[in-house]
Amino acid sequence: MTLPTTETIECDILIIGGGMSGCGAAFESKFWSGDLKVVMVEKAAIERSGATGEGLSAINCYMGQRYGWNTPEDYTNYVVNDMMGLAREDLVYDVGRHVDNSVHLLEEWGLPIWKKENGEYERIGRWQIPIHGESIKPVAAEPARKAIGPENLYERVAITHLLTDADDSQKIAGAVGFAVRENKFYVFKAKAVIITCGGASNVFRPRSVGEGLGRTWYSVFATGAAYGLMIPIGAEMTQMEHRFVPTRFKDGYGPVGMWFQYFHAQVLNAKGEDYTVTRADELKKYEPYGSAIPTPTPLRNHQMFLDVKDGLGPMYMRTDTAMQKLAEGDPAKMDKVRDEAWEDFLDMTISQALTWAAQNIAPEDTPSEVVLAEPYIMGSHSGEAGAWVSGPEDIATGEYFWGYNRMTTINGLFAAGDGVGAAPHKFSSGSFTEGRIAAKSAVNFLADNPDAPNVSDANVRSIQETIWAPLETFEKHKGASSAEEINPNYMTPKQALVRLQKIMDEYGGGASTWYTTNEPTLLRGIELIEMFREDLAHLAARNRHELMRCWEVIHRTWVGEAHLRHLLHRKETRWPGYYYRSDYPDLDDANWRVFVNSKFDAANNTWEMQTRPYKNIITSI
Amino acid sequence: MPTYVDPNACNACQDEHQGPLCVYICPNDLMVLDEATNKGINQEPEMCSECYACVKLCPQEALHVRGYADFVPMGAEVMPHRTEDGLRWEVHFRDGRTFEFTYQSRTKPAGSVVLYEGFTEDRQNDAKNQSLAGDSLWLGVDKLPTPN
Repeated sequence: MTLPTTETIECDILIIGGGMSGCGAAFESKFWSGDLKVVMVEKAAIERSGATGEGLSAINCYMGQRYGWNTPEDYTNYVVNDMMGLAREDLVYDVGRHVDNSVHLLEEWGLPIWKKENGEYERIGRWQIPIHGESIKPVAAEPARKAIGPENLYERVAITHLLTDADDSQKIAGAVGFAVRENKFYVFKAKAVIITCGGASNVFRPRSVGEGLGRTWYSVFATGAAYGLMIPIGAEMTQMEHRFVPTRFKDGYGPVGMWFQYFHAQVLNAKGEDYTVTRADELKKYEPYGSAIPTPTPLRNHQMFLDVKDGLGPMYMRTDTAMQKLAEGDPAKMDKVRDEAWEDFLDMTISQALTWAAQNIAPEDTPSEVVLAEPYIMGSHSGEAGAWVSGPEDIATGEYFWGYNRMTTINGLFAAGDGVGAAPHKFSSGSFTEGRIAAKSAVNFLADNPDAPNVSDANVRSIQETIWAPLETFEKHKGASSAEEINPNYMTPKQALVRLQKIMDEYGGGASTWYTTNEPTLLRGIELIEMFREDLAHLAARNRHELMRCWEVIHRTWVGEAHLRHLLHRKETRWPGYYYRSDYPDLDDANWRVFVNSKFDAANNTWEMQTRPYKNIITSI
Repeated sequence: MPTYVDPNACNACQDEHQGPLCVYICPNDLMVLDEATNKGINQEPEMCSECYACVKLCPQEALHVRGYADFVPMGAEVMPHRTEDGLRWEVHFRDGRTFEFTYQSRTKPAGSVVLYEGFTEDRQNDAKNQSLAGDSLWLGVDKLPTPN
């Protein structure tokens, strides 16, 4: 393959990632920035890219302030409890107070939201509203594309590295990547950069490892780029030990929220018992969070986990009982419930509908298995991994504020969505909103910092050689073996992914080890992942598609290593049901109600770990 | 192989100016045109999330999904057909039962968004405060909350 040409784009704001956060950032930035040049770069096509590309059946973050349903304080209280006491209250509150604006705009742009007879939004739970959301992503993408102008949208470009300023390693200067479908490098020189790319699926070995490797619960194309881009340049990260283990319908990973909250279905074990009843006393070990209403997600997981570990499975969602009760023997009512039940899957997890059809499961007649899935590392849904960012000026103080809302510890580098740590439960609407918050803040940063970055051409060339290396490696060594996939000089990206997943699953508390680990196991895992990270220099790619897969597994590896190091640092079990430290099995608020932060030092190839204090700004939890 | 292409129905989107739509839309760069046959093909089925983006977009309805070999018994199909403002789904069970569901996808046609229409925020005076664009029109309450 001939060496690619380089296209260099100079801009004021560069948005990396065209998911919900990125689209929010694009829309907001152009309102405040006037004639500033805003560029968005995305590895796919923004109409269906990112975690919401498949669609959604609900918006899970909506206050309903106009109806008097909830205040941002209520939301902050809920989130802090659900996270077992650890979330940045300033960041969470900030999303809560703004999010209704975004939801109402999405409706204005064409998103169908279910309505009650009185015209108010229908509700699933306290924060959740049902939508006909199959097209939520194209609805959100249109204003983004229009705002920045289609000429400033670069699709099918995979960003692999961030650039820092040649005069100041703590200041952002842009990003480098390559076109997936053309022989071309891209260099973006930017005064401010907003990271809006995704969290990480497929870091841990999933339960389905054949074709089903793609049926991860969180989108398979979420490759941890948000973290894989920021960690190597030394951005301070927080809560990278946190993960989310979703309880979902087995194998298809269809959503359960509607079943629990809207249809009021129960999950029962093989003996017909409800673990929330039989395991109620277990919650007392985790006060004050154990008595929070609703029970925090990890604790509900933990109760079910105990049943499964005791051999009391399979666990069945009693869709049959719930639907029969709702229909009350009325065929017309049953038609409505059936329509709603199938839409939940067809809007957002079509595989689950196909799984039901293939297993002859009509939910009104037949219950359906649920399972604890593999862990996911993310910052937008129920996970809180991500960058340590400044909070809003009117709320954050001290260690939580350094000038610009949602700016990371790298000057001019902003984050939103999965990229922001300690600010979970944003979901689609909150991520879109956080992108908007970060964009307005970046515009203000530009007003104070108008100078163009100084980008070192030598550094760019060196990065480009690194990007291209897997293609060169394949060409150089392919003759050493009669089989392309068995070669002592290289590994393929798929082989690398499997190796990463095995380390994480067996040493980092994955599903096959009952989510359990300890210090010696983590230390061994870190030894193995250090060797693995060295071996990533020997990745081989036969084409640009595989080259993209190489850089995805490199990003995922940064996530995995950060996760192991953070797990090691936090000497307690704060989130039973997500993971267990067998050597520190208890929740320890006295010593560990703090944020665990890390910084990677590229010059010395070392990680610096530290803790940051928890501040009660909104809640008294 | 989660998505697959019916070669008898695929015409390589010969009338589409942007080329094959499955190739254009796939969020994971899976769909390519096979050079030998000039038909769409999923080049990496184990990285397919069955998101149906290509299935929904294919003008010939040539894209289908065969459930993951890991855990989906054979013989079923879930197939969307586009309607004026949404999708009509045919759900075929393994045992022969068939259900149909039709859902709206959007209330306004694609392309109809007018940016910042009626927004009253002042790009000079409101730039440094905590407001977001359109708050006065879309937040739903008169004043942006601040902590008590």
